[in-house]
Amino acid sequence: MIDRRELLKRGGIGAAGVMLAPQIALAQAPTDRRFIFVILRGAADGLELVAPTGDPSFASVRGSFAGHSEGGTRLNDFFTLHPSFTEIGNLYGQRQALFAHAVASAYRRRSHFDGQNVLETAGPQPYRLNDGWMNRLIAMLSGSQAEAIALSSTMPMVLRGSAEASSYAPSRLPDPQPGLLRRVTMMYEDDEMLHADWAQALETEEMADEIMDAGRGQAALGELAAGFLSDPDGARIAAIELDGWDTHANQGGRLRRGFSALDSMIGAIRSGLGSIWDDTLIIVATEFGRTVAPNGTAGTDHGTGSAAMMLGGAVRGGRVVADWPGLRTSDLYEGRDLRPTMSIDQLFTAALSEHFSLDPVEVRRSVFPAASGTTIGGRLIQS
Amino acid sequence: MTRLVIAQNRFGLGATANYDRSIDPAAWLRRQIDSFDPAPPETANLPDRAILANELADYFASRGRNRQRRGADDGENANASTNDAARMARRSFGRAGRQHYLNMVDTRARIALSSPAPFAERLVHFWANHFAVSADGFALVRLAGLLEFEAIRPHVMGRFADMLVAVEQHPTMLLYLNQARSIGPNSTLGARGNRRQDRQRGLNENLAREVMELHTLGVNGGYSQADVTELARALTGWTVAGLTRGPARRIFPASAQPGDFHFAPQLHEPGARTVLGERYAAGGIGQAQSILQDLARQPATARHLATKLARHFAGDEPPVSLVDRLADAYRDTDGDLPTLYRVLIDAPECWIEAPVKFKTPWEWVISSFRALGARRFDRRMNAILRQLGQPVWAPGSPAGYDDIAASWSGSSALTSRVEFAQRIADISRDNVDARQLAPRLFGDLLSERTARTIASAESAGQGLALLLVSPEFLRR
Repeated sequence: MIDRRELLKRGGIGAAGVMLAPQIALAQAPTDRRFIFVILRGAADGLELVAPTGDPSFASVRGSFAGHSEGGTRLNDFFTLHPSFTEIGNLYGQRQALFAHAVASAYRRRSHFDGQNVLETAGPQPYRLNDGWMNRLIAMLSGSQAEAIALSSTMPMVLRGSAEASSYAPSRLPDPQPGLLRRVTMMYEDDEMLHADWAQALETEEMADEIMDAGRGQAALGELAAGFLSDPDGARIAAIELDGWDTHANQGGRLRRGFSALDSMIGAIRSGLGSIWDDTLIIVATEFGRTVAPNGTAGTDHGTGSAAMMLGGAVRGGRVVADWPGLRTSDLYEGRDLRPTMSIDQLFTAALSEHFSLDPVEVRRSVFPAASGTTIGGRLIQS
Repeated sequence: MTRLVIAQNRFGLGATANYDRSIDPAAWLRRQIDSFDPAPPETANLPDRAILANELADYFASRGRNRQRRGADDGENANASTNDAARMARRSFGRAGRQHYLNMVDTRARIALSSPAPFAERLVHFWANHFAVSADGFALVRLAGLLEFEAIRPHVMGRFADMLVAVEQHPTMLLYLNQARSIGPNSTLGARGNRRQDRQRGLNENLAREVMELHTLGVNGGYSQADVTELARALTGWTVAGLTRGPARRIFPASAQPGDFHFAPQLHEPGARTVLGERYAAGGIGQAQSILQDLARQPATARHLATKLARHFAGDEPPVSLVDRLADAYRDTDGDLPTLYRVLIDAPECWIEAPVKFKTPWEWVISSFRALGARRFDRRMNAILRQLGQPVWAPGSPAGYDDIAASWSGSSALTSRVEFAQRIADISRDNVDARQLAPRLFGDLLSERTARTIASAESAGQGLALLLVSPEFLRR
């Protein structure tokens, strides 16, 4: 048992809390276009992100959850954006936000870890591919060589692969002595893996020093990402990971907070990028959706179809793209989930080939081999 | 000498400067299985579960009273001052919770630094990560560490099925995976809720799913959504006294200690269940217990656990031959864990000279401290572990921390380790000469280049920092 006075004495330590920091990963690519992929880890509820308020079954099947969309931006006579998205609601008004609904990857089961693997590798099944689709996209953009930088203590799967990559995590420590760094370089000369990782680390350190006073929180994360993407020699592509979307209980409040944080991060990226915003595409997606009916603890369990967002000055926005499957029990996937009617890989194929002016057939072949379906309701990106 | 180094670094938690060189490596490892102490002296200072739970229960109760008071109070000024008081109470309660957490982290680390059985302690860490919980929020930050001390340590040298049942009945797991508030729709309490159309009352399948996906069968273990739901129904009634909110709060008998596992028949879904084709007759707490026992006995479970153990001791791509032997041993002994550990000790795959694993941050920090002869854990160390991506008991997901190099290597990890190595070395440099320490830790496995680089350091501290980030030290 602990002595209370002892506790008070030790009070100053460990105030950092126990939340894991969100992570950014960045990649250089020979293009003026900017692309950010935001991964919502934990299967975010698409029916909360963009609520199908015009569906006749919505109110009855969602029960008290149906009220969560009240006060949100009316996207059209069928869909309502969650009220925590004020920045994103404004973007929609300026036709810089587009939502896709009832989307899913090729994965049809309900494991986060496998679902994220499929979302990030874009393989037909978990662990079928060993590299991430963003890494393969970089390879397509450069033709020969591309350099990747990751701003993260671990590399997300979506950026792992043969295109060179390094990672960086914000640090508040004093810089190591130059003599130590030089000797570490010597020591790793015979070690292939450490040698490569260390060379990348030294390069990244330099650029990061200039940007790192960005502070904390999700808005700071957005500023940090914008800083890297707007540097003339900086990255063109970034992946940002946000945890905390697995809402088995007390979903309403948790999603309100999570959506607000996401909204302010998007706002910070927009203002941090300035005029570069016009060349920017942000895609926000999650590994799968959640059950349509709330569970017994004011939450939802793992489901299938969800929603995705496309944001940025490059987006041909102001609309919702969906082949809506309906919410009657007979409409649902396995009687419980939103039935996916659009391949998220196909959506990515269309958006990214338009954004980077790439041949969609080629993008589909080398980056999204599991994409299915053909057209996605016209152009997604400004020409 | 080489086998001795491997026993210390790969099976153990890292060599210390003065370990006994006369021991037979395999015999030393086997002895640890028999002499393991589940409650070493360091655990005497752990906060008591009843005290933690009572603190939580008191806090939740006072918060509820404040809410009611605020609701009844119309005066705006009075509202502002109650809000301030509530904020202060929340803050100090949060701070106290983090102190409990850090105290438990400290206990875990001090055991790891001074234990005579570091192989056994590594196994404790392995199983705690297999049954991962995450220290988030008021309740879990206080309770996360208890799962390891109360449900893992007593069973780490026993049968897997016993560990499984102990874990799934532990209040930490029941709260973490939302089981404590799951209610059978046709139970006494659930039926009452249904009549009132109360959507807050019902089943939560989170624990049931993770039992199958993570704890036993593995994600491709051949179970269906129907099996998950059936197990969730069987598990209803498994809850924690005194710490749940909502309608379940009032059902605990006066004798139930807050924080203790409690089977509440009023929450249990009546009826027989079918899981993986097996029928389980209606029955209270025993129904889910029988299902768990049978899940532990499934061949998929044997395979899943064998693969994870082989990966931990023989490399990221676990050798199939070793996985097969482990799985067979599991099946032949009905999940006797010491038998599996002996298979590992006897396996040539675990003794190859080249390092097979890139150390996780926890392994790297603990082995650094052991090498330097530190006996206490600097409480700031958990901040370092956080920075390196692996704070204790906080993986942020029930899958636990990854056990492969790709998750922990990379340039950012390397930069952070170099920075921290410098800081750790600055503290110890006056007592340790890295030029002498390196051959003691690695014997013949120390490379010429590493030895030369350390010898060329411009200060004792720099030499030590180089040792801690040498290729030999980053791997095991």
